[in-house]
Amino acid sequence: MNQWWIAIIAIIVAPIIGGFLAGIDRKITARLQGRYGPPIVQPFYDFFKLLGKSRIATSRMQFVWIYGYLVFMITCVVFLVLKLDLLLLIFLLGFAGISFVLGGFSSKSPYSHFGANRELMQILSYEPVLLLMALGVYAQNGSFMISEIMKPGAAPLLPSLWPIFIAVLLVLTIKLRKSPFDLSTSHHGHQELVKGIMTEFSGPYYALINLTEWYEIVLVLGIVALFWANPLWVGIIIALAAFVLELIIDNIAARMTVGWMVKFTWAVGLVLCVLNIAYLYLIKGGA
Amino acid sequence: MGIINTSRIKSPWIMHFDNSSCNGCDIEVLACLTPLYDVERFGIVNMGNPKHADVLVVTGPVNRRTARVLKNLYAQIPDPKMVIAVGTCACSGGVFHNCYNILGGVDKVIPVDVYVPGCAAKPEAIIDGVVLALQKLSKALGVAK
Ligand code: SF4
Repeated sequence: MNQWWIAIIAIIVAPIIGGFLAGIDRKITARLQGRYGPPIVQPFYDFFKLLGKSRIATSRMQFVWIYGYLVFMITCVVFLVLKLDLLLLIFLLGFAGISFVLGGFSSKSPYSHFGANRELMQILSYEPVLLLMALGVYAQNGSFMISEIMKPGAAPLLPSLWPIFIAVLLVLTIKLRKSPFDLSTSHHGHQELVKGIMTEFSGPYYALINLTEWYEIVLVLGIVALFWANPLWVGIIIALAAFVLELIIDNIAARMTVGWMVKFTWAVGLVLCVLNIAYLYLIKGGA
Repeated sequence: MGIINTSRIKSPWIMHFDNSSCNGCDIEVLACLTPLYDVERFGIVNMGNPKHADVLVVTGPVNRRTARVLKNLYAQIPDPKMVIAVGTCACSGGVFHNCYNILGGVDKVIPVDVYVPGCAAKPEAIIDGVVLALQKLSKALGVAK
């Protein structure tokens, strides 16, 4: 019964936190660009306004995939707060990403297809890193369970897994859709091709995508916080610091190409992960 | 539904369409987005996609070719939507009014809610136009403002 309550509270509170983080994001970004910026609650205004717009359908399947994206993302958040299996969480996150891609592919617009292809390349870039992160956690703890990471008295992961942490920061940039990796859709450049996958989503369905993005922010920051789960507040501070770091990188970096993103995350992210795991297994003798 | 109506006033996303203006008004529209005027303060975001937009900002006189495009864009914006004609050309045809290819102001093709005159319309006037459009919308929705 207790578990149910935790899950329900997480489902309600996560988008509120995510929405405020998105508002802080817009405010800080505006300040970094020398502008005043919208109020912190602006994402909520946008969300409710979009809910009230009329529905324009371009394809029926699109909506099925959008609900799939939302439901899988919520499931991931529930997995995180109930401290279940990290490996399963990462596969569910993959499902969520694929639902979004199929949503993009389900209309005929070439821009939408372009965006969906790019989103696919993003998944190709971050999913292996996340899988290796789970493997690194296994090498350290001997278990994929998040409850094992958060067990009282368990040593923080960051000191032994810091190369993987750097790789996860790369994933964070991709997942938060920040420069240099905001390729399939972006929070800036509304007139450009980078808004591709959003082209055919409008009104309430666009609002649902925003909602899913808020869950996503909380989820990925939660994964970052796992690196220092004892005491958890240190992890949360690390996650918030990572968030601010992403905003600064977003504003000083230019957008790179898709090919560059895949090469960079594989060459840097995967190598860091593999070296980290190899060190844990070969030098320290494994779990 | 109160919160949705309030949000409609607080988050107008605009889409800018250039019919056949001399580009004077377009530059003024874009100037509104710069740090000096920063319309994002009011939640105004310049969208490139009619499916995400609430307010259609049109510059320049309608000619025979752009009339079709304009109608199409207007149809693609989900309700509720507003149209703002920016610049004398968009209001009435302006200096181009009796050219052989010009139909006249934007209101010859789609219903216009707010006219912002000026050649070119100043950024302040454009922001004022958006505010006026929002007041009109809030009156129509019955939200006290
Ligand atoms: S109103 Fe003046 S500045 Fe604007 S498009 Fe017409 S001629 Fe150009």
